[in-house]
Amino acid sequence: MKGFYSLLYKEVVRFWKVGFQTVLSPLLSTMLYLLIFSHVLGDHVEAFPGVSYVSFLIPGLAMMALLQNAFANSSSSLIQSKITGNIIFLLLSPVSYPEIFLAYVLASTIRGVLVGCGIFLITLWAVDIPLRFPLWALVFALLGSFILGATGIVAGIWAEKFDQLASFQNFIIVPLTFLSGVFYSIHSLPPFWQKVSHLNPFFYLIDGFRYGFFGVSDISPYFSLLVVSICLAAVSLFTLGLLKSGYKLRN
Amino acid sequence: MNPAIAIHQASKQFGSLKAVDCVDLEIAQGEFFALLGPNGAGKTTLINLLSGLSRPDSGRLAIMGFDVSREYRKARRSVGVVPQELVFDPFFTVREVLEVQSGYFGISGNAAWIDEILARLDLSSKADTNMRALSGGMKRRVLVAQALVHKPPVIILDEPTAGVDVELRQALWEFIRSLNASGHTIVLTTHYLEEAEALCNRIAMLKAGKIVALDTTSNLLKSCKLRHVKLQIFPDRLPDALLPGLIGRESGYHVLNLDEFSDLESILETLRESGARITDMVLPHPDLEAVFVEIMRTQ
Repeated sequence: MKGFYSLLYKEVVRFWKVGFQTVLSPLLSTMLYLLIFSHVLGDHVEAFPGVSYVSFLIPGLAMMALLQNAFANSSSSLIQSKITGNIIFLLLSPVSYPEIFLAYVLASTIRGVLVGCGIFLITLWAVDIPLRFPLWALVFALLGSFILGATGIVAGIWAEKFDQLASFQNFIIVPLTFLSGVFYSIHSLPPFWQKVSHLNPFFYLIDGFRYGFFGVSDISPYFSLLVVSICLAAVSLFTLGLLKSGYKLRN
Repeated sequence: MNPAIAIHQASKQFGSLKAVDCVDLEIAQGEFFALLGPNGAGKTTLINLLSGLSRPDSGRLAIMGFDVSREYRKARRSVGVVPQELVFDPFFTVREVLEVQSGYFGISGNAAWIDEILARLDLSSKADTNMRALSGGMKRRVLVAQALVHKPPVIILDEPTAGVDVELRQALWEFIRSLNASGHTIVLTTHYLEEAEALCNRIAMLKAGKIVALDTTSNLLKSCKLRHVKLQIFPDRLPDALLPGLIGRESGYHVLNLDEFSDLESILETLRESGARITDMVLPHPDLEAVFVEIMRTQ
């Protein structure tokens, strides 16, 4: 397990050394979202009965930032290592592929949760957000980080240049997070788009996460938990398979 | 005693290119071994197969008796590889890189050995410097340090002196020699054939993925048929009878081919008969470069 701890340590230190870019920058951009959307829509929208739009928005934004940063951590670290060639030092070592998987996913989780917690800490003074079921919120935060950390590994392995990784992020991850109910309750959508939203796994992550705060959600948190768990199992198995095969790494 | 490296019928193909083609090779523990060949001969692919950076299409490879696929953890602990490319992690200092690398190999509390390697490679003053701030030569030294951090019995150096200045090259070879003297097996690829000739006790030559020569350095040198004699004559005109054997002119010398040493007698006789006087004669000893050229030409 020493190899796993070393890789985890390296990955955490790596993003911490560029904390302005990896932690503070997403905090700032999320705060700008909050400022603009709450100012424009705050008085016009009530997503859940008795819950102000700003209160509704904050957990969604926190989860969105958490997911995007978890993805960015593993994917950018891997592609940088591949392009600069220093991935060789890991591949020459006896660290096993499950250890590599776990270390990258946990480092992504640490960054994602750090950014998510940062958003709550900053907004704490301005907005009163209830935390009805903290365990639900924690479970969805962790599952979301795991899924996106693992997806980041897939993208980092697949992409051969930064442009491809940016495409993965801009055409898949960002649309899925924006269209997952971060800024609205899907009950406010027309029936067709409500159905489409149910095909988006990020919707279940954000809806379940929000349930932890307000005790209210668009669908049952148990169902969300089931969908998210299945997604995690599928992404994890796929990622482990890629790492085991050595696809684009050991050839 | 297990061989340091055992390769049995290893093959690796990229598309239609056979990079490594049914290679059989054993390297005993304690050897200083050279793997030579022109660019694209398959040297780096063979090293990648041994170190687990690439997987063979067929065949078996083992390091210190450990199969590189089935017992990859033990095999990788037994080998340190200095890669050909000058790769580094721009986020970390030299010491951090070596500590993380130690951790990958399951080693904690490695500070004393890290300090020793840093001192031996003249890197102590750069221990807390970020990798980005190092010169190319310094980065090359760190690559060597990374390969040694887990004290592997087998060390593979893939063109470690490419683009390295003379001073560092000599210091590096002195260090590698001392490692070999203390029992480490050294496998080296290089395009500087005089280095291989001076350092290695056995040599394999690869061409198009196949081993085309494998012998001790002294036997390879003895086997060289590519000999020539350099003659300076007066008057400076070669008799017509010797022109078919003329390889070329070099600094005022006529360079003549010798298939056998006995050919020298007939050359001297022809010169005597033509009235030419020999003012200087050089009979160079064949070096590894001559052996290499001959083998690559004939195989």
